[in-house]
Amino acid sequence: MTKKVLRYGWLVLVLLFIYIPILVLAVYSFTNATTVGGGTGGFSFKNYANLFKNDEMRSMIFGTVALAIICAAIATVLATLGAIGSFYSKRVTKSLINTLNQVPVVNADIVTGFSICILLIVILRVDKNTYIPLGLGHIVLTAPFAYLSILPKLKQMDNSLYEAALDLGATPAQALFKVVLPQLIPGILSGFMLAVTLSLDDYFVTTYTKPSTFDTISTYVVNATRGSQTETKTALWALSTLIFLLVVAFVVVMNVLSSRKRRERV
Amino acid sequence: MTKLRFSRKQLCIPYAVFLILFVIAPLIVILYYAFTNGEGKFSFSNFSNFFTSTNTLGTLFYSFGLAIVTTLVCLIIAYPTAYILARSNIKKKYVLLMLFVLPMWINFTLRITALKEILSVLEGNISKYPFLNSVIGMTYDFLPFMLLPLYTSLQKMDNSLLEAASDLGANRVTVFLRVTLPLSVPGIISGMTMVLLPSMTNYVVLDMLYNSEYIMGSLIGSYFSAYDWHNGSMISLVLLVIIFIVTLVTNRFSDKEANTRGSML
Repeated sequence: MTKKVLRYGWLVLVLLFIYIPILVLAVYSFTNATTVGGGTGGFSFKNYANLFKNDEMRSMIFGTVALAIICAAIATVLATLGAIGSFYSKRVTKSLINTLNQVPVVNADIVTGFSICILLIVILRVDKNTYIPLGLGHIVLTAPFAYLSILPKLKQMDNSLYEAALDLGATPAQALFKVVLPQLIPGILSGFMLAVTLSLDDYFVTTYTKPSTFDTISTYVVNATRGSQTETKTALWALSTLIFLLVVAFVVVMNVLSSRKRRERV
Repeated sequence: MTKLRFSRKQLCIPYAVFLILFVIAPLIVILYYAFTNGEGKFSFSNFSNFFTSTNTLGTLFYSFGLAIVTTLVCLIIAYPTAYILARSNIKKKYVLLMLFVLPMWINFTLRITALKEILSVLEGNISKYPFLNSVIGMTYDFLPFMLLPLYTSLQKMDNSLLEAASDLGANRVTVFLRVTLPLSVPGIISGMTMVLLPSMTNYVVLDMLYNSEYIMGSLIGSYFSAYDWHNGSMISLVLLVIIFIVTLVTNRFSDKEANTRGSML
């Protein structure tokens, strides 16, 4: 009995550590307060209104999301082709690509970002304002993780289905698109989602490659903490709360969907 | 048949070219810049600058110190958590695990902002405890990276081994020390690398929590702002060497399946 209490007590403690900051900030985001801990100044949606009224913040949020989705999409396409190709290649090619793919995974983001900045901006003199360095940086950052989530699905795949499709008269391209690709969809989707979240969370690659007038959520928040504008600060509380709620909603939906699927299978 | 194999293989060409152009070429450029000076001539000065300056060496040690303390704190918090989660027979274990890693999907700068507000309330003036706050901040940021590999390795452990050990007379402590702990070493190693490396470089956490000390990442940041590409490349190279050594050492032990960030998805 005491053991059980101790166990759950520990889990609760860790959860408190994780959630108290987020939840306290969420509560304060619905008030007029300018600092956490002091008086709240009453309930208000002011921070949420500011978040959507402020052009700078709106375009920053939109830019972050657009960058993440576009780069993740390109990264996922590249990684899917790469994974299929390397899966059917000779062992040498396969292990070469796997090793190359592992480099950005183990490398520090800051080194990835800095090295891309040196090559593209310093040496090749690509204009930052074209968004090309930024886009390429985010694709380098995310594609290897997409690759890693697609590869296991290729290994699990039943190869005889592909052969059967060919025997039944499908061309190799048809077999690839209608037989192989559909089996990879779960891996491709989770690879895409992983790419999106990595891109949304990135600070370092973005700082070293972005146009000076463009900001993502990460770079904007870091700049805002250096400044002392209270209105910006409290509007970011609202943003943090909105993202938290979105993540919770997403996780709940995914759980419901996957448990429903499991039940159907049974 | 041969023609078809050929065409399937070719699909990897764009990705291979992409990796060579934007992953390998930049690293070669870093190597070149680290050993040249402003006029493009070969030079050891960046190298000797780094290893003779007390400033940069101090930064290296401070980074290591901060990273090691952060890693140990993460391990101390995450191991019991992962153990309880993996060994318990709660029905919706998966949902509970989700709760622990869910914040990973909130932008880390926003999470650190939230933590900063709480620390300000608790400590009054947060600039009084820079080291402590940096450890707390990094732990807050990287805990899921430690928790996931540990959970994976503890979860897939063969229960019959533990039963065999206790049937053969081992008490619970012995079973843990002689069976569970050694079997979870791959998870521990994976988790430790995944926390150690980012906590040497993520200087944003320090900046946001008003720690004016430099870590390795801050050096790159300051050389970047000063347009000093050569010294910046030298720091990147030092980091690359550290990463390479760590990867080499840990590849033997680490748990391949649990080695990716966000393996939950």
